[in-house]
Amino acid sequence: MNAVPKIPSSLTDKQFHYCPGCSHGIIHRLVAEALDFHNVRENTVGVASVGCSVLAYNYFNIDMQQAAHGRAPAVATGIKRVLPGSIVFSYQGDGDLASIGTAEIVHAAARGENITVIFVNNACYGMTGGQMAPTSLIGQVTSTTPKGRTQPEAGYPIKVTEMLSTLDGPVYLSRVSVHKPAQIRKAARSIQKAFRYQIENKGFSLVEILATCPTNWKLTPLEAVKWLENNMIPKYPLGEFKDVGV
Amino acid sequence: MKKLLKGNVAIGEAAIAAGCRYFFGYPITPQTELSEHLATRLPEIGGVFLQAESEIAAINMVYGAAGAGGTVMTSSSSPGISLKTETISYIATAELPCVIVNIMRGGPGLGGIQPSQSDYFQATKGGGHGDYRLIVLAPSSVQEMYSLTTKAFQLAETYRNPVMIIGDGLLGQMMEPVEINDSFLTPAQVDKPWATTGCQNGQRRIINTLYLDPETLEELNQKLQQKYSLIVSQEQMAESYLTTDAEYLLVAFGTTARIAKEAVEAARRKGIKAGLFRPISLWPFPVSHIAPLINKSRAVLTVEMNCGQMLEDVKLAVNGKTDVYFYGRSGGMVPSSKEILDKIIEMRDRSYECCS
Ligand SMILES: Cc1ncc(C[n+]2csc(CCOP(=O)(O)OP(=O)(O)O)c2C)c(N)n1
Ligand code: SF4
Repeated sequence: MNAVPKIPSSLTDKQFHYCPGCSHGIIHRLVAEALDFHNVRENTVGVASVGCSVLAYNYFNIDMQQAAHGRAPAVATGIKRVLPGSIVFSYQGDGDLASIGTAEIVHAAARGENITVIFVNNACYGMTGGQMAPTSLIGQVTSTTPKGRTQPEAGYPIKVTEMLSTLDGPVYLSRVSVHKPAQIRKAARSIQKAFRYQIENKGFSLVEILATCPTNWKLTPLEAVKWLENNMIPKYPLGEFKDVGV
Repeated sequence: MKKLLKGNVAIGEAAIAAGCRYFFGYPITPQTELSEHLATRLPEIGGVFLQAESEIAAINMVYGAAGAGGTVMTSSSSPGISLKTETISYIATAELPCVIVNIMRGGPGLGGIQPSQSDYFQATKGGGHGDYRLIVLAPSSVQEMYSLTTKAFQLAETYRNPVMIIGDGLLGQMMEPVEINDSFLTPAQVDKPWATTGCQNGQRRIINTLYLDPETLEELNQKLQQKYSLIVSQEQMAESYLTTDAEYLLVAFGTTARIAKEAVEAARRKGIKAGLFRPISLWPFPVSHIAPLINKSRAVLTVEMNCGQMLEDVKLAVNGKTDVYFYGRSGGMVPSSKEILDKIIEMRDRSYECCS
């Protein structure tokens, strides 16, 4: 029997443009399933950021706004202040959120803005061709660190979720991964929880998702999964860093 | 009903009267009283005042809030407006109505905090990237700070376009009696079927400025240009003072127009037939109003608190038909009516030289 998984109603039937082995597609699905699970599709406004997922508004079957590079948390704030009863989330890459948009994410978190942030950490700038991201690892070869990232030249990677967990504003901060089925199930639960807290008006939630970018890592999809497991997880440990929603 | 108001406060009160319930801003002199006033007033009436982490964040909050159907305003001063420009371009592209106030200060750079008009280019010629336009209104009294603000919200909604109000610290600080227009106090509910409010009623809405296909992006540009042409034909605003028989035409806006008016009166007392043309809409520049005046004048003098910016639009309107002179002060220096009068006399003498 060929079981074709049903498309969540929060996704359109448009085919993803993502590369083979890219995590964005899985993450889109998890977000859509969480919206379906909570039955909030018709009451949700999503904010797409600038990066490979800029076209997310074509895939999420909900009202969407597309924000300038890094500014999605500010755009989401504007939406939420006008529509406090709606569910508002941003979907951002690591260049978008942890580099050009650091101020916006820190302050949205510090305000305890009642929004959910889906933060996709693939340790590089995917869309512009694999340049170093703030999350790129020491030693990681990227198109702008051709000999590997070193601290004197390019500084250390930023651990956003740990950094935000020092703030009073957030109610829920977690880091998950989608490189294995068991991890995907955990990620699904974490994303569901983040949205539940927003629905319950508890405040700011962010789920960081470790993701693969086989194209710019110059690896096969399978090698990319291994690379993530062996290199990213030791530096970006998985788990819930803050959960004061219960 | 008349009320004595400070210019900056008048903008805030007018915004509320026009239905504005959301304000996002970042502190900067000399627009301070406007933000501070709204920080008290908006929560009183169930609105939202949010001090953002930067001007960039503030204008992006405006984008989100306007896109969600809110009636929104932000205010800043010159350097802060520079920071906002990327997203102003997005707002114009996504055709989101909002009002942006620039209480200008002397530039370039961090400059100073004294009155200036040196953001004319930035306001009227774009500022940000791409072929977009802002409607730009320049009040020259506290009354106009009020009435043009309410007008700004109407224009923003009518054309789904950002509208900028430009003033300076002199106007912002000045106190004058203002006729409060009660008719705005219950703003008409504008239907915004395009706003992202959740797709309850079937069709989902997308607010977007990305068009990867060049043909589609050109179509978008053509659509915007059609709207801009309509605005140019419908929304030119100006005031003419003693222009019926004027031989020497002064052109000035905002604060400078107040001083130029005094200079025109002083010139008249000396028997020089001077008049003042005051653009109220800076974009669209009121070409159709100034054109008939140019035909009658021997020379035109543009006066600005900058190094000659509106001068370019005046020259375009004059199109070589007569001589155009310029007098400007910059850096926060305000021209005196005496300086302007001297310039009028010089212009008169020169125009006699070349015509005799
Ligand atoms: C103001 C501005 N600067 C730079 C860019 C170019 N740019 C587009 S996507 C991107 C990086 C996105 O990387 P990331 O957020 O990590 O997302 P990914 O593509 O990896 O999913 C950059 C720098 C832009 N669009 N706007
Ligand atoms: S470049 Fe990387 S992040 Fe972008 S779609 Fe391809 S694999 Fe995904």
